Amino acid sequence: MSMPELASAGESEVLDETGEAAASRKIEGRSPWRLAYERLRVDRAAKIALGTILVIVLLAILAPVFAKITGHGPNQQFIDTGSNAEGGPVPPSGTFWLGTDNNARDLFIRILYGARVSLLVGVLATLISTALGVVLGLAAGFIGGFVDTVIARLIDVMLSIPFLILAISIAYVSGPSVWLVIVIVGVLSFTYLARIVRGQVISIKGREFIEAARALGAGPWRIMFVDLLPNVLAQVIVYATLLIPLAIVAEATLSFLGVGVPPPTADWGSMISDASGWFQYGYWWFLLFPSMALLITTLAFNIFGDSVRDALDPRGAGIYV
Amino acid sequence: MTSAAKSDSNPVPTAAEADGDDVLLRVENLVKYFPIKGTGLFREKEFVHAVDGVSLTIPRGQTFGIVGETGCGKSTLARCVARLYDVTSGRIVFDGRDITKVSQRSMRPLRREIQMIFQDPIGSLNPRRRVGSIIGDPFAIHGLASGAERKRRVQELMERVGLNPEHYNRFPAEFSGGQRQRIGVARALAFQPKLIICDEPVSALDVSIQAQVINLLADLQAEFGLTYIFIAHDLSVVRHVSKSIAVMYLGKVTEIAPAEDLFTVPRHPYTGALLSAVPVPNPDESDQRKQIILVGDVPSPIAPPSGCRFHPRCPKAAPVCVTDDPPLEPRLGDGPEHPAACHLPMAAGENLADFHPEISKEERVVEVEGSLLPDDAQPADIADALPVRQEGGKP
Repeated sequence: MSMPELASAGESEVLDETGEAAASRKIEGRSPWRLAYERLRVDRAAKIALGTILVIVLLAILAPVFAKITGHGPNQQFIDTGSNAEGGPVPPSGTFWLGTDNNARDLFIRILYGARVSLLVGVLATLISTALGVVLGLAAGFIGGFVDTVIARLIDVMLSIPFLILAISIAYVSGPSVWLVIVIVGVLSFTYLARIVRGQVISIKGREFIEAARALGAGPWRIMFVDLLPNVLAQVIVYATLLIPLAIVAEATLSFLGVGVPPPTADWGSMISDASGWFQYGYWWFLLFPSMALLITTLAFNIFGDSVRDALDPRGAGIYV
Repeated sequence: MTSAAKSDSNPVPTAAEADGDDVLLRVENLVKYFPIKGTGLFREKEFVHAVDGVSLTIPRGQTFGIVGETGCGKSTLARCVARLYDVTSGRIVFDGRDITKVSQRSMRPLRREIQMIFQDPIGSLNPRRRVGSIIGDPFAIHGLASGAERKRRVQELMERVGLNPEHYNRFPAEFSGGQRQRIGVARALAFQPKLIICDEPVSALDVSIQAQVINLLADLQAEFGLTYIFIAHDLSVVRHVSKSIAVMYLGKVTEIAPAEDLFTVPRHPYTGALLSAVPVPNPDESDQRKQIILVGDVPSPIAPPSGCRFHPRCPKAAPVCVTDDPPLEPRLGDGPEHPAACHLPMAAGENLADFHPEISKEERVVEVEGSLLPDDAQPADIADALPVRQEGGKP
């Protein structure tokens, strides 16, 4: 399947055995990253997931535009039009596209603003945990000895404490804020990544090219970040992509429990929390739409992360895409 | 090589004794033990005796071969000389300077003068980095050249070792084994070092490619006046490239000799056994000669045998071999350039297969685990019983 395509991609001439020079000119070397990109490009699930993520990002960025179009601010209450006779939410209509919430605020606009919080927390918390995980994993794996023992024990301790209990305790003591949630989620989720990086580094650091770097006079920093890091980058990228939805869910969970993003900031977790009490009385849209937003976002990131992992796997199929 | 050159390059020798200028590297009684972790609470410290008292003098501008079986410590010795490992004891004097205890930081300028070429052309190149950046590493690490200047010098090096400079942006995986070894050579050559340690540089290559790489190394030696330590287990390769050769067994040097002497008049029975394993490319000759098959396995380097380390497998072993460690000194009237560590050295033309050890099986297996032969079996019997082991022998 592959070779004819490769040949026909350039010119439609047949490669013969003797035309070695011609062949080496045409069979262009592809870096591992380029191979991964080419596998991703033909992966339909990855394309749909990435498209969904881009739409969500776009909607989050354009939230003020929609607020202007509808004339509804995220925290603006519409007591007259946005609540029914009993003071409950009103269903979706031309005015309120996805209905209103229990405080007579536009649910659609709040979901858009909630996406900003979710994405912000998801990306920033992932950046924090990735940076921590990479640095600690590299240090533990490469330096070894005492440093490794300390970091490995730290990871064990952190893994043995239930995430929610620790996060709730910290958030409760310090008082809720978006930035605190970012730091908590980021710091508490570096453990798995650090373990992955550490294991990879230990398996790689005995290879001869690390010895070669030392023979050339490379110092430990250079070996860690120039020689080792590129070799663990694929795993880091895969895991970081999968950490984003985890962070979004963690943030929503904390907000659902009332220790995350403080009201009245629009946030999916606290919206779901508010709606849970109204669902049984028939106000389905109030619960459904924020939940769908959370579900679609995390699903898109997860599917995309899986595709990235498949694409970066050197044993993966479809090398000759 | 003259006294004038000496006064230019090294006016004040800092080492305890001033080596002649023709000596580039002197290794004195080098010992390297690796601790192994025992299990259990009260673990007993055990050590792998990887290199156990090796002394070598390596002349400038020559190729010095080191041969020996896998696990005999030749690679460890190389890495000690390159200061990739800290030595347990002994001394390494490079170019008049004692580098035994130099810290890794102070070692950095010296790294420009001692370089290594590694065995595995795949494993010694970072798979995630481009060739240009790999060969440019020496310049980057030592801040010698950057940007366009670095690229120019890297491409010069690539051209010098027979690579296409246009392949600057390729990854190691896009090259063949021989080309990858050329990349390794180019990287080692960047500094124009005085000493290049070649750790089995051609063992992983096809025979035809081996010749290319060896010729490249020879050309570079002629051009830049390099000194090589050439480690291999292929005797014919070592014979071809080396001026003198050291044979190692279980962490010790058993024999050092000029290349031709080693092959014509080996003194140590281990050398004799090694030589008999070299395939002869002539079937008639091959049929006639008697191959020596050594009994047993190489003993564990954790608890090496007493006396001569070769005695449990040696056809000439006598009681003295069990008790006394033979010193490495010239035997049977050889010159100082041909020392051997053997109480009962082989005379010229002697056939090892005719000898039977004078010590009993129990004495032979001191601290050696694993199956040896029945008491009455002799090495010559084994040679007949195992024709498949005879390379190039009878079908």
